[in-house]
Amino acid sequence: MVKQIAVFLENREGRLSDCCKVLKQADVNLNSLSIADTKEFGIVRLIVDDSDKALSALQAAGFLSSVVELVAIEVPDKAGALADELIALSDSGVNIEYMYSFAGKDGHANIGFKTSMPEKAVAVLQAAGAKVL
Amino acid sequence: MQYFQKEIETMSKEEKRALQSERLVKIVKYAYENQAPYRAKMDAMGVKPEDIKSIDDISKLPFTVKQDLRDAYPFGMMARPKKDLVRLHASSATTGKLTVAGYTMNDIDVWGECAARSLVMAGGDAESIVHVAYGYGLFTGGLGMHYGGEKLGACVVPASAGNTQKQIQLLVDFGADIICCTPSYIIYLAEEIERMGLKIGEDIKLKGGVFGAEAWSEGMREDIEKRLNIRACDIYGLSEIAGPGVACDCQFKTGMHFQDDHFYPEIVDVDTLEPLPYGESGELVITTLTKEGMPLIRYRTRDIASLNDDPCPCGRTSVKLNKITGRSDDMLIIRGVNVFPSQIESVLLKNPDITPNYHINVDRVNNLDTMEIVVELSPNVKLDEVAHVEEIRRKLAADMTSALSVSAKITLVSPGTVARSEGKAKRITDKRKL
Repeated sequence: MVKQIAVFLENREGRLSDCCKVLKQADVNLNSLSIADTKEFGIVRLIVDDSDKALSALQAAGFLSSVVELVAIEVPDKAGALADELIALSDSGVNIEYMYSFAGKDGHANIGFKTSMPEKAVAVLQAAGAKVL
Repeated sequence: MQYFQKEIETMSKEEKRALQSERLVKIVKYAYENQAPYRAKMDAMGVKPEDIKSIDDISKLPFTVKQDLRDAYPFGMMARPKKDLVRLHASSATTGKLTVAGYTMNDIDVWGECAARSLVMAGGDAESIVHVAYGYGLFTGGLGMHYGGEKLGACVVPASAGNTQKQIQLLVDFGADIICCTPSYIIYLAEEIERMGLKIGEDIKLKGGVFGAEAWSEGMREDIEKRLNIRACDIYGLSEIAGPGVACDCQFKTGMHFQDDHFYPEIVDVDTLEPLPYGESGELVITTLTKEGMPLIRYRTRDIASLNDDPCPCGRTSVKLNKITGRSDDMLIIRGVNVFPSQIESVLLKNPDITPNYHINVDRVNNLDTMEIVVELSPNVKLDEVAHVEEIRRKLAADMTSALSVSAKITLVSPGTVARSEGKAKRITDKRKL
């Protein structure tokens, strides 16, 4: 499992850079950043090297932020690798709320996703031979 | 038709004064005997009904405020038993409770007469077809103008509010010459009529209208008159006293003719509550001179305006109410609906996902009032999905609509970002230019 930080941002100028500035000042390194946005607001999802430090820095700066655990896997760099894992999850009835990729080591892609049944997801993925982080 | 009730509407000042005096003496005695809150107020001030000998003594009487009506909710202010009441109207008060007004048959007749006088000012007569596009219900607009139209002997189309396409079809098919609705709605109707390419004077036969329940400017009046080629009259009323028809302006627009044989207006200084002379601006205070169901003495309307007594070329001799320029409390009127910030607060306090800090932005876009409520998310709420934020907003919007009877756009912001201010918070930005 990987800890993800979700930050609520109003859609106005400078909010995203303010958020990144807080993390820079706390000396937190970003592994990934993804944004789900609407016309009026966005939710920034971050995976960082030190999530506790990042969370306390963001909250101290007034950002509405929280930690959510994601199931994460390392996906081999070959065609169809992700499809196999997703088919296994789908066949077992595991729903995915959202998913995105983030940087892994040695050219691997890492995939993190949120599900309402993380233990089951981990078990299914391990049974399918996936490398769960 | 020039007047609905010529003998009253053109009565000399002296006769009017005598009539008002006679009626005030009677209503004060009646209120003292039949309304416990007035007996208590007058006893506390040491005023006896016998002390009131003419209309000049009105300033000896206690004021009535909206809180008095709330305290008496629902029937504590009624002067008559329920069997004598034929109708109840209500409007929103500050914290969810309504203020209620009970009417006897005679009260409905008097109100109808006043509304009929107003329709005549807009150019109506017994031959008219009167299209009522005010909402029917607890709100006084619809039923008030409906009974006024019937009193006039006109033929009333009770269209009520909403469904604009059907409204226009009724206007075309029935050929109404008089319309009653809010000023913002008549502009919306005019836009739709233009968009559909209907011809003014041929397809749309309107000659005049009474428009009220929300503030509007002279610029809006000119716009309405030009676009629809009608006479647009400003009509005033409030549910506690009577709905539309308490005052209305005629084609000369010298101020709204106050139906002061039934409703006596005063303007008082907002701070000292001392009566002010004609021309000076202050809070409008109304005494009902003939109401039976729920007479009100010196009711503080919270509307800021002035009176004028200049002669009007139409021949009506009543005192006139100049345009309402504001409120002495924080009540907002949004698309004709009274909204108190405290109602918004009570909805926010019940929702754990947000803080009670908010800011209201009011504007008028394409002649329709818009209200945005900016609300802070609670620092404790955990949000990682857009759908979750949308769900919080959707629920809040639904709760607001249900509490306020008017919709509002909800904008969610981060905790701590709504401006705090020292002392009394400045929570409202009203950008409407009226």
